[in-house]
Amino acid sequence: MPSRIPPLRISAYTATTAVGPGLAALREAIAHNRSGLRPNDFSHHPLPTWIGRVAGLEDNPLPSHWQAWDCRNNRLAWLGLQADGFIDHALAARERHGAHRVALVLGTSTSSIGATEEAYTRLDADGLFPAGSRLPRLHTPHSLAMFVQEALGLAGPCITVSTACSSSAKVFADAERLLRLGLADAAIVGGVDTLCGSVLFGFNSLELVSPEPCRPFDAHRRGISLGEAAGYALLERGSGPLQLLGYGESSDAHHMSTPHPEGLGAERALDDALARAGVGCDRIGYVNLHGTASAKNDEVEAALVARRFGPAVHAGSTKGMTGHTLGAAGIVEAAVSLLALDTGCLAGTPNTQVLDAMCGPQIRLAPAQGHVDVVLSNSFGFGGNNCALVFGRGEPAR
Amino acid sequence: MSPTMSRPAAGLDELGTATPLGPLAIAGVAFWAPTLPGWPRARAAMRGEAPPQDPPARRPAPELLPPAERRRAPDSVALALEAAGAAVAASGLAPQSLPSVFVSAHGDLAISDHLCSMLAGTPTLISPTKFHNSVLNAAAGYWTMGVGCNEASTALTAFEHSFANGLLVAATQCLADERPVLLVGFDVPVVGALRSVTRSDGLMAVAVVLTPDMSGQAVAVFDAELQPRTQRAAPAIASPAAQALAGNALADALPFFEALARGDTPALAMPLSARQSLALRFLR
Repeated sequence: MPSRIPPLRISAYTATTAVGPGLAALREAIAHNRSGLRPNDFSHHPLPTWIGRVAGLEDNPLPSHWQAWDCRNNRLAWLGLQADGFIDHALAARERHGAHRVALVLGTSTSSIGATEEAYTRLDADGLFPAGSRLPRLHTPHSLAMFVQEALGLAGPCITVSTACSSSAKVFADAERLLRLGLADAAIVGGVDTLCGSVLFGFNSLELVSPEPCRPFDAHRRGISLGEAAGYALLERGSGPLQLLGYGESSDAHHMSTPHPEGLGAERALDDALARAGVGCDRIGYVNLHGTASAKNDEVEAALVARRFGPAVHAGSTKGMTGHTLGAAGIVEAAVSLLALDTGCLAGTPNTQVLDAMCGPQIRLAPAQGHVDVVLSNSFGFGGNNCALVFGRGEPAR
Repeated sequence: MSPTMSRPAAGLDELGTATPLGPLAIAGVAFWAPTLPGWPRARAAMRGEAPPQDPPARRPAPELLPPAERRRAPDSVALALEAAGAAVAASGLAPQSLPSVFVSAHGDLAISDHLCSMLAGTPTLISPTKFHNSVLNAAAGYWTMGVGCNEASTALTAFEHSFANGLLVAATQCLADERPVLLVGFDVPVVGALRSVTRSDGLMAVAVVLTPDMSGQAVAVFDAELQPRTQRAAPAIASPAAQALAGNALADALPFFEALARGDTPALAMPLSARQSLALRFLR
């Protein structure tokens, strides 16, 4: 079992999803249990499903001096940086600590692959990309982090974590280790993933895509709805009103695309996160569930929640609001969890009508207003890759 | 703060200045390329004591996987599992006890090419196996399944500096949690239209087991610190055997493995990005 870690201050955070840019839109959607999903109008080939699409990306290219970075994913990364003035917090941290002392750790599952897919529809007579699309730094999974590092003028460690749907939860763990060992004085963590053919038709091939808006933990759930999002958080050593208290990372060692039937890896991630935070399940007031609305994930996760948490815990899944944003899901749901601490606005489970009988009293359909001191966010990915995050209230910054 | 807490800011002294990260021992090392299949051959060739293997070896079979999965395993997974298994065996540590860090500049380029081609034509005919094998953490997933490891595993990428960043992350995890960590790196040849934008030749996989424990047999012991990058040029690759692999996208690993092979390199600055390097000092 890992040792307790000193908490880290979360100096700023933001998320941009299908419900709109920034935290105000997210909070409004949570308070009204509003879904941002709409019928799939993204893929060129028809696919009858619902998606969480961020509005306006098509009409907002990157500033012209960053044209070589221009693609849907980097546009969303840039849009997400503007929300809640996050870019100003990031630049202020760079001034405070120096560019070499600010680490950047970003999660993504598919990064800019959408641009690569698009180039494959326009190959020239030699079977190569058209001349204007031959951009090595755009067509690679590190594109997102390289672009954001340049956009923020950072010079510290710059790492892409790509562990499918746990990617932008695990960034908190990597950043905590860099900060604790003194390799940086601040870390910008986050994640960006955008809708693309690979994920829409890939999840379709696994028969995991729902033909209707996804309904996590519903007795009649029919699969996932895909979405896109960007989110960031700024971490620094010391205490603050909002803190990262712990994280747990684990492997199911079971199957590439279905979870361990007893939730072995998920429970281990939970236990490690609690141990690093130095708290028990009894201290957790709100749980943001992975809750994808796939048959297996929800079955395993509901059982875990039912056996580990008391009936007063408020647990829910926001996938019906944003869609499953894959490599960005960890940071989006960290933002939802931080909003619960920050504002007392506890998310329900939008779209879900009738809870599956396996669910305990913890899983709530409706949002609530309440006071919570410690919250948990779960993220589980392909390859049996799990991450649990624990956030808490701390002392105001001195 | 309770006395049982993990050490805070171990790399900072009282004045808050950065001190070296480490020391770290390398408890096991592995290398695989068709011309250098295995660390003994790679070490000898990098020292100029033996030629590269001719004819080159064929792709290793991922013995860790069940037979059905073995046949279908992508090259990236087969390579990564070969290197991971060899490094862990050399370390004498139990594979299921080790957290793991997998790095690759581009992931499985053959699968990316296949999926992008399918999406441009018949997207509804994508194979579910190809899709779940397309995630960058596929090799990490198969490794943890193959050895029954429930520890943390991650998959990272950092373009042309992927190995150096993997070494930074693995070293950080090793020291922060005070336990051994497995680091595995791999890249495969570029195929199809991706040749327009990506350069990667040949198969190559590498692995090391890092440990904070200085009491055992070690291939090498080093410490490290972050430095602003001053040299634009990448570190030189000295041996013809390693130079022949320089077209692989994970080539930034080659100077590090040459240093391990030679055993007389005092220091190595590995670029992490355009602006920062990981400065290694070999202590023994």
